[in-house]
Amino acid sequence: MPDLGVVTTQFFTCHEPPHELKLKSGERLGPITIAYETYGQLNADKSNAILVFHSLTSDAHAAGYHEGDKKPGWWNTMIGPGKAFDTDKYFVICANVLGGCKGSTGPASTNPKTGRPYGLSFPVITVEDMVVVQKQLIDHLGISTLLNVAGGSMGGLMALEWSIKYPESLRSCIAIATNTRHTAQQIALHEVARRAIMSDPDWENGDYYGKSIPARGMAVARMIGHITYMSEKSMDEKFGRKLMKKEKLGYDFSTDFEVESYLNYRGESFVQRFDANSYLYLSKALDYFDITAEKTSLTEAFAPAKCPFLVISFSSDWLYPPYQSKQMVKALKANDLDVSAILIDSSYGHDAFLIEVENQSKVVSHFLQRFI
Amino acid sequence: MRVDHKLIVETVKENSKVLDLGCGDGSLLALLIKEKKAHASGIEINEQAIYEAMAKGVSVSHGDIDTGLEDYSSKRFDYVILNESLQEVLHPKKVILEALRVGKRVIVGIPNFCHLGARLQIFFSGRVPMTKGLPYEWYDTPNLRFLSIKDFRIFCRDHDITIVRECGIANNKRIKMFANLFANTGLYLLEKK
Repeated sequence: MPDLGVVTTQFFTCHEPPHELKLKSGERLGPITIAYETYGQLNADKSNAILVFHSLTSDAHAAGYHEGDKKPGWWNTMIGPGKAFDTDKYFVICANVLGGCKGSTGPASTNPKTGRPYGLSFPVITVEDMVVVQKQLIDHLGISTLLNVAGGSMGGLMALEWSIKYPESLRSCIAIATNTRHTAQQIALHEVARRAIMSDPDWENGDYYGKSIPARGMAVARMIGHITYMSEKSMDEKFGRKLMKKEKLGYDFSTDFEVESYLNYRGESFVQRFDANSYLYLSKALDYFDITAEKTSLTEAFAPAKCPFLVISFSSDWLYPPYQSKQMVKALKANDLDVSAILIDSSYGHDAFLIEVENQSKVVSHFLQRFI
Repeated sequence: MRVDHKLIVETVKENSKVLDLGCGDGSLLALLIKEKKAHASGIEINEQAIYEAMAKGVSVSHGDIDTGLEDYSSKRFDYVILNESLQEVLHPKKVILEALRVGKRVIVGIPNFCHLGARLQIFFSGRVPMTKGLPYEWYDTPNLRFLSIKDFRIFCRDHDITIVRECGIANNKRIKMFANLFANTGLYLLEKK
């Protein structure tokens, strides 16, 4: 299928002082800049807009190519002409989250009060704060009602948050490989990643900008992340016990296995493209996520939601296991909502939402078709 | 059009809320949406069938009928349909009673395992019947339950379920008399006070 071609990132700034955003934590933050991209054309009555949310370490560049780049955006297989999020029909928007490091305001941004990067003086943010900021962007684009919000993983949490926070301005919601509250295991895995970063001497309490970055901690954090994104089966299929550029075991601590080499490579390349403090803030925001907080049940938490839902999970996803999607579906049904749900058989683990394009495209495109 | 689908479409009132348990590829639901503007949704266990059903614009959720009904509040649907799926469930009694809880009326289609052809096969060949409607070997069949039209009537009577209407179907035609002998399929409209 054809791609979108060259796309560019745009920027929108809101909450200029004295109109700072009051965050969930009670702290105030402003100005806030949001990096975003759009694909396709907004129709005359502005009724064909879809807001796609990215996962933890992705960005606003969801599809198409940046000038001179060889690699397309992170969901290029799903967004484009004739694809699941068909840009011939829909106007697709993707924005880098608040707290991110790909153009939106985050801990690596310059604090206008000090002229230096925020670092740890950046306030702790929540998924709700991220959603609130993206609502400002949608308002700025003059869109009163979104045809759909969609996202996988962290993006799925944001889609769910949107569905209960802004039900009046939403016609459908797609939640993929996600959850309604982070569980102890999910929090634990994040905490290990955070500790890896924070115990790197180069982290320096988050004040490493302009100096050496906490590369070793970041790499370990990413390695843990990658393990959780795959499944035992997909790792075994990809690497097995294959050795890395050697015929026999080295009997030392150099790299023996291909899987070690792969994780090291992933860890090191991540260091180049992501900010360590952003990783801390965003992973914390996910761990704080619990739509049942201040509610007596999941059913009650979804009570404000109005639109039809599509819930997708993957059989081998152990980071956001299918049973969590099932609980979500149950609560949505208990609220008499129109729910479609599918458990896609896949061996790719949590990463399946980026890889299982064919089956995922089928359900997404047919679901969206109902709202044109 | 399949006569059972035709009869079901005739039965369902316009703008009704309908849940089809074991909706397969969603053909019946799509028909109900088209003909009766039904607010239709389904539950289906087969992943491939879900893709086909969703392609028809139907809301389907992935799950099994045995446990899928507890998600719904009471009398939420105008009709709950169990067409050609009851014989495949583990706990048919529980499923029918649950269907009657979440639906104001329940439409059940059952294969009649005791029609004349099947009886003759048992009698003359001494083997478990295999017919066009029941084409499976005993060791490789999705059917867990074997019942007849008569058995189903008795079940309803014993559980205070009102049979509002019963239709026998054979060879895609309605049977007027002696359904238990001549029908391959029994179609029921049920209510429980």
